Amino acid sequence: MEIDYQLSDDVREKIEAEANKYPSRRAAVKSALRYAQQEHGWVSEGVVNAVAELLSLQSIQVFEVATFYDMFYTKPVGRHRIRVCTNVSCMLRGSTDVLNHLKEKLGVEVGETTADGKVALFEAECLGACGGAPMLICNNRYVENLTPEGVDQLLSELD
Amino acid sequence: MLKVEINGQQFEAEPGSTIIEVADNAGIYIPRFCYHEKLSVAANCRMCLVEVERAPKPLPACATPVTDGMVVQTLSDIAKQAQADTMEFLLINHPLDCPICDQGGECPLQDQAMGFGGSSSVFEEVKRSVDNVDIGPLITTEMTRCIHCTRCVRFGEEVAGVMELGAIGRGEDMKISTFLGTSMDSEVSGNVIDLCPVGALTSKPYRFTARTWELNGHKGISPHDCLGSNLEIQEIGGVVKRVLPRDNEAVNECWLSDRDRYSYESVNSSDRLTMPLVRRGENYQEIEWAEALDLVSSKLMQIKETWSGKEIGAIASPTASLEEFFLLQKILRALGSSNVDHRLRQQDFRDDLAAPVCPGTDVSISKLQELDGVLIVGSNIRKELPLISLRLRRVAQQGGEIAVLNPMSFDHNFATTQEMIVKPSMMAIAFASIARKIAMATGKEDLLPIDLVELATRHEFGINVDAIANSLIRNGTDALILLGQIGMNHPDASTLRQITSWLGVNCGIRIAILPDANGVAGWVAGCVPHRLPGGHSNSSPGLNCKKMIDQRLKAYVLYGVEVSNDYSDPVALDTALNEAEFVVSFSTFRSAVPEQADVVLPLAAFTEIDAGYINCEGVAQFANAAVNPMGQSRPGWKILRVLGNFLKLAGFDHVSSKDIIAELEEVYDLSAPISVRYKPDLQAINHVVTQSAEVKNGKQLDRIIDVPVYSVDPTVRRATALQSTKDADTVALLACAEELEELGFKHGGQIAVRSETGEVMLPVQPDERVPRGAVYVPAGLSETSVLGSLSVVMVQAME
Ligand code: SF4
Ligand code: FES
Ligand code: FES
Repeated sequence: MEIDYQLSDDVREKIEAEANKYPSRRAAVKSALRYAQQEHGWVSEGVVNAVAELLSLQSIQVFEVATFYDMFYTKPVGRHRIRVCTNVSCMLRGSTDVLNHLKEKLGVEVGETTADGKVALFEAECLGACGGAPMLICNNRYVENLTPEGVDQLLSELD
Repeated sequence: MLKVEINGQQFEAEPGSTIIEVADNAGIYIPRFCYHEKLSVAANCRMCLVEVERAPKPLPACATPVTDGMVVQTLSDIAKQAQADTMEFLLINHPLDCPICDQGGECPLQDQAMGFGGSSSVFEEVKRSVDNVDIGPLITTEMTRCIHCTRCVRFGEEVAGVMELGAIGRGEDMKISTFLGTSMDSEVSGNVIDLCPVGALTSKPYRFTARTWELNGHKGISPHDCLGSNLEIQEIGGVVKRVLPRDNEAVNECWLSDRDRYSYESVNSSDRLTMPLVRRGENYQEIEWAEALDLVSSKLMQIKETWSGKEIGAIASPTASLEEFFLLQKILRALGSSNVDHRLRQQDFRDDLAAPVCPGTDVSISKLQELDGVLIVGSNIRKELPLISLRLRRVAQQGGEIAVLNPMSFDHNFATTQEMIVKPSMMAIAFASIARKIAMATGKEDLLPIDLVELATRHEFGINVDAIANSLIRNGTDALILLGQIGMNHPDASTLRQITSWLGVNCGIRIAILPDANGVAGWVAGCVPHRLPGGHSNSSPGLNCKKMIDQRLKAYVLYGVEVSNDYSDPVALDTALNEAEFVVSFSTFRSAVPEQADVVLPLAAFTEIDAGYINCEGVAQFANAAVNPMGQSRPGWKILRVLGNFLKLAGFDHVSSKDIIAELEEVYDLSAPISVRYKPDLQAINHVVTQSAEVKNGKQLDRIIDVPVYSVDPTVRRATALQSTKDADTVALLACAEELEELGFKHGGQIAVRSETGEVMLPVQPDERVPRGAVYVPAGLSETSVLGSLSVVMVQAME
């Protein structure tokens, strides 16, 4: 397990800028983890330690936040993260089919990453886009009014 | 004052207080889990719901401030229903495994489920279960039982100053854990056991060894540091099972350090001495008490008659009790010797005659957290006095300034505003510089002793000195200078004590000159060569422990002293014992007896004696024997008393330990406040110590001498759980990377440390907390005992 991780200067700078916005450095944990994850792909033990050190916190304080939000990944994940909303509106509009289609296409279960490390599949709770149900979020992009074809289209666009 | 009605009764309340506080003061119990008066309010368990008039829903009593005219019902149907419902929720995921839970019988969850819960639950689904994490040798986890009150988390973050436990995950997946299963290494970690309202965190050494309702509790006092924490020693059938804190706001509050909590383990060890022993040739033989005492007394009389009583010296462990110190010195003095001392690690005795009756603090312990400024000189306070460190932490939290002058940058659990780290040989000079700045700023410069000025001007330290001085004398500052063990045992200790005291007398700063363990009692009882009991002056002073050993006496009485660990210069002590004609060792443990002992007298352990302790504030506290002495071991005061009879000395007819205290009280008022100021003594200010290591090979460096937290006395050194903690496992040389590079040290190698008495090879840990020109080599360990006590060593990197 990697314990030491070096945040890049760029990320450190961004985190500093965030930290300066608040009266306490602890308040910047979430933004710090976001930048660090963008760079590293996931929140490893090393990332937690590095963020903790930068913000003068104990590692567990950072880890609490990293495990609270499910868009922080404390295990390695695929380059692309697809999160299918399975909450009520989406469910009524067929999210189960969408999810099953994805599982079959990718050959993974929910929470898993494809063998080539390309795509990770997750379920999500309501993402506030019920008007476009069923929907998913791929990395940072909302994809709405899903059909099996739409899903295939999306997958083919991923590099 | 606000008027509040609770359950129909009228109460007055401070604005800002909460319902639970008002109710607690009035003796009205409201159930609770997450609320604890020493912790912040989290209000996450909801067990304290009460009905408040005009509030639409029940409110949490722990988080609801009272308002004028508020009407509260804690026993109404609405309140009771709310509490019962909360209880039902809390038990949804709780395993209800009370029959196999150590907390059973003293469990708030159990009690409150009985008192406030229902008899059944509508929940029929599957309970969650949580994997346990191994968080070290002191605490067992059973995380399925956790109700997420977060008391343990808040304790770490708020009180201990290291957040080791946290709440990870969320919702139903939330669990309490350390970061990725690391261990809890804080020196006060055991307190989370007391705080945890369920059986999720329990004591590991105690696990499954007793049921709480079978235990009998006795009042104890911790002998391991000069705070004198109040203990609840619990036993069954004469076997000590565990130690808990007794609440005493003026001393330990509701906390205990891990050292105080777990040291009892050694008391039950098979290493205990249970019979007097006598040496016959190479071997030891068990003998009867009468025979042993007869032997000791005739040997001592013979030495007194052949040479003189002055050929007998007694050195006592600073953990001995007031009664033991008193009788020990009484015997020695009756034999015509004042060679009696308990300051085993002290090296500089120049200021003995200038000393007050005893060292200690001139601020009461319970007021420490109210200070505005503190300067810590020569102390790893967090490990030396863990609970005092917690109070200092509050100083820092409330905006007070804490400055440090130390030979290395120890990890504190509070924020420091200034840290001045100088190598050991510069300590006195640095302190003198600070003192001079304080004197200048307070207009007392003219009063400064010239030697102190000379000392202060030997080196220019820069602005740090001004900043430290300022933090102590700013307008209206209530400041303290605290001199700890590293300072007290420094080769220039007299200088450090003189400076401290000078500042106390002249600059209105409070001072704390802290002794080791029960050292205050040692002074008060006259277990020092230059003073009689009660601090009265002694017209025929004896030898301090260093001189006793350097002068090679004919007979030594070792009282609870383990040669290779407890005395500052084990090599010298060993040689002295080799040459002595007679050595008697009073010891609790077989393995602590030196091979030179002619007679070995088994001492009862601290849990087995009625014993007086005087803490650093000068408060005498008395412990009761919790159990009978193991085997034929006996309380020290009884052995000494009977030895007095065997020696046919007058005044040894005490029937109980109280008689001894009464005798002491004839010459000293134990209830009187202490003064800890030293008389000015110019000689003692002279900074005389320039030590040099008289060996070749290597580079001469200052040695930072400190005794690790779990090596302080024979009892602690044998407590198995404590010995498995991280704090106990480093026998290594610490030095900064730059120094190591200059020494030519290559990663993975070892370093040879030499003094004129010996050499050790030590593994190395690069550590930037150590300044240039110094290495940290722990003392109090047999591994490093050959190095003796000099604070300079020759250091050489080896392949
Ligand atoms: S482990 Fe105990 S103290 Fe900590 S949150 Fe759980 S129940 Fe509370
Ligand atoms: S339920 Fe899917 S976005 Fe709201
Ligand atoms: S005690 Fe009030 S909510 Fe826990």
